[in-house]
Amino acid sequence: MRWMVPIGRKAKSSLANVDLTIKIAGEAGQGLHAIGGLLSRVFARGGYHVFANQVVQSRVRGGHNWFSIRVSDRPVHAPCARTDILVAFDKESACHFKELTEDSVVIFDSKSIELSVPSRTALDVPMAELASRAGGNRLMANTVAAAAVLGLLHCDPSELFNFLRRSFGKKDAQTGEANVKAAEAGYDFALKKNEGKRRAGFGPPGQAPKMLIGGSEAVALGALAAGCQFISAYPMSPSTGIMTYLASKAADFHMVVEQSEDEIASINIALGASFAGLRAMTASSGGGFALMAEGLSLAGMIETPIVIVLAQRPAPATGLPTRTAQEDLEFAIHAGHGEFARVVMAPAGIEECFYATARAFHLADKYRIPVIILTDQSLADSFASIDALRPEDVVIERHLMSEEDLKRVQGYKSFLLTKSGVSPRALPGNPYCFVTADSDEHDEDGRITEDCDVTRPRMVEKRNRKTVDLLKEMKGPSWYGPKDARDVLIGWGSTRGVLREAADNLLRDGIKAAAVHFEDLWPLDRKHFGFLKKARFAVVVENNFTGQFANLITRTTGIAMARRISKYDGLPFTAQEVVSAYKRLKKGGRR
Amino acid sequence: MRPEDLGNFQTAWCPGCGNFGILDALKDALVMLDLDMHKTVLVSGIGQAAKEPQYLNCNFFNGLHGRAIPAATGIKMANKDLHVIVTSGDGDIYGEGGNHFIHAIRRNIDITVIVHDNQVYGLTKGQASPTSDIGFTTKVQPRGVINEPLHPLAMAVALGAGFVARSFSGDKQHLSSMIQQAVQFKGFSLVDVLQPCVTFNKRNNFSWYKQRIEPLPQDYDVHNKVWAFEKALQWGDKIPVGVIYRDGRSSYEDACGLMGEASILSQGPNPARLKDLLKEFF
Repeated sequence: MRWMVPIGRKAKSSLANVDLTIKIAGEAGQGLHAIGGLLSRVFARGGYHVFANQVVQSRVRGGHNWFSIRVSDRPVHAPCARTDILVAFDKESACHFKELTEDSVVIFDSKSIELSVPSRTALDVPMAELASRAGGNRLMANTVAAAAVLGLLHCDPSELFNFLRRSFGKKDAQTGEANVKAAEAGYDFALKKNEGKRRAGFGPPGQAPKMLIGGSEAVALGALAAGCQFISAYPMSPSTGIMTYLASKAADFHMVVEQSEDEIASINIALGASFAGLRAMTASSGGGFALMAEGLSLAGMIETPIVIVLAQRPAPATGLPTRTAQEDLEFAIHAGHGEFARVVMAPAGIEECFYATARAFHLADKYRIPVIILTDQSLADSFASIDALRPEDVVIERHLMSEEDLKRVQGYKSFLLTKSGVSPRALPGNPYCFVTADSDEHDEDGRITEDCDVTRPRMVEKRNRKTVDLLKEMKGPSWYGPKDARDVLIGWGSTRGVLREAADNLLRDGIKAAAVHFEDLWPLDRKHFGFLKKARFAVVVENNFTGQFANLITRTTGIAMARRISKYDGLPFTAQEVVSAYKRLKKGGRR
Repeated sequence: MRPEDLGNFQTAWCPGCGNFGILDALKDALVMLDLDMHKTVLVSGIGQAAKEPQYLNCNFFNGLHGRAIPAATGIKMANKDLHVIVTSGDGDIYGEGGNHFIHAIRRNIDITVIVHDNQVYGLTKGQASPTSDIGFTTKVQPRGVINEPLHPLAMAVALGAGFVARSFSGDKQHLSSMIQQAVQFKGFSLVDVLQPCVTFNKRNNFSWYKQRIEPLPQDYDVHNKVWAFEKALQWGDKIPVGVIYRDGRSSYEDACGLMGEASILSQGPNPARLKDLLKEFF
């Protein structure tokens, strides 16, 4: 009994071990995202930890998709393999029956779909009928279903009603009210059906309301917090959400959002804007980033700051546009011809997307370099409830020459050779000096040169010398789990949550394991791998086939990382998968 | 501003190159316009033509091959107070950068694009360019070019460019006048400059152009799109030069409300709004 408690036992305010997964499954266009989002917000508002992710096919209508909400009283950052409540809107939802347990419930409408639900778990709700009778229409069956979930859990539905009223607003108050009526009907129906049988041990967790925020939104907000005023991008799943969100806020934040003709234009336009003085970014997925490779190299050459979000999806080529992968780590590190300094970072979760993005702008400006933020579909398209973000923690330092500096300087040189490799930066338009950028090899003035004796080697050294100070900026891994754990699960980017959950589960099974997670991936400092000396059983967990991070560790440290857990089916890891794969490895298996 | 303020640099061009005439005319135009060079950015791609900004005392962005227009677009969007002038070759703008040429015209961003159009690739030593005539032989096209040449002016007119002009590198006064009008025009402006390549284009040489160019008729209506197409497509015994088409459609800056007042750069960021914005997520 994971989430149901027998009648008579009162729900306590501090509920231990609430870990509930609600999966809403059906066709694209059936509004799965709408109810999923609504329910997620209700739980977040109630102070629960929520992790919601969607698995969709690359199409506008039809197919089989799902929106999965994991609700817990402890932080959750990854989907769960088990489904406790399945809301089924199509026949194909039967594919999720294997995830059900004996306590699970399937909410469906037998009048709308043919589904032979195991009778013990069935909660047949005449959604369309209830919606019509409540004065709404069949389209509100969704609302009925969402409310039925809350009824089943004996949750206070008033937040749901508030959200419904608010989301239709004053513009369409009538539709809002009709939806509330439909919701009431759904709620009462499920409550009554469930009464006397069993009651949910599901009450308010007694915590402050949390923000519910998506990965793409968190990146966009991080950019706004950092004072980013420019994005040019070409739509590509799963990166598009960043541009979409920023477009809705552009005017308030004095920002230009330009949908470019292609990704080559995206990066070159953004570099132009950055050269002119704005904090500028672009975002794409692997294919679009591939087109940006030459522009990335240009950023390195003209030492013009830029932030590039690479939201990974399974490749090669078009691959699986709406699924997830961690296949572009080596690509991000090596993309672009020639040698130049760069930073590659992969935020661990949705909250980290905010802070990492803000930091990316900081590093880009400070070192006049490109910074790549690696996310992936599972992060970009997921939602999580988090504590309030702290924009006040983001300090904007532009590292530009002041008016006084400019007045004082004689013979400004855009590419002045300095000890750090970073030249003082002026912007074009100032009345004191000219500012240059040249993709050709250039002298300190930024003018084309073919002086191979002196200028060329000095410029190569200058551009690459930045890495020395950059290494000092790079954060080492986070350690989660017993301090003396000799078993370690190593990962990077979006898998941190799942690794920590796996470590918890392993500990419960008597295996002392720690989750060691890297956000800063390049430049990589071997001193951050000291923990490997003490580790007895180290496994690298990645959403790719070749073990890109494992190989990178070997390259950096000389230590062979033979134990790997790889997943490359386009879906994110679950903790259960990691735990069983880990146990298999321990027994002596290899992959 | 005096011409000498723009500097006198050693160039990497062949003696007799049409680029000298274009550089001269550009300097003349900048002086005549009396542009504040600190508020001006020259942008180019790669090729012999694209080296032009290197030979001026100015702010410049000498970007990637084919990507001059996107860089110029970003600069102008960020700081509309800057005069942004692109100067690059036919291979750069019409070939490698063809897609950007199309979409910059659609955007109607207020930049001037001067194309050094010598119908051949010089820096890579003499291959056909998008504007090479049919039959033009090169080492890569030994049996002659078989592709229809791109008609940049007709293309620009078709795409709705507001200012479309053609000139000749051998006529400094005319070219300077075209550049001046283009820079003053609010919106995307194109000046296609016929230019001989003394080394690799023996066919379309100085006298070939000199004999063919002719001014537009006295009664030419610069706002008439049908006439513009006719003149834009005219190529052969007579090649018209001058402002082929001029239109008053609103520029990107006008169409985009944000650009109405101060430049985005001078407006500065507004992270203080974030506190309120975050409330939407609860």
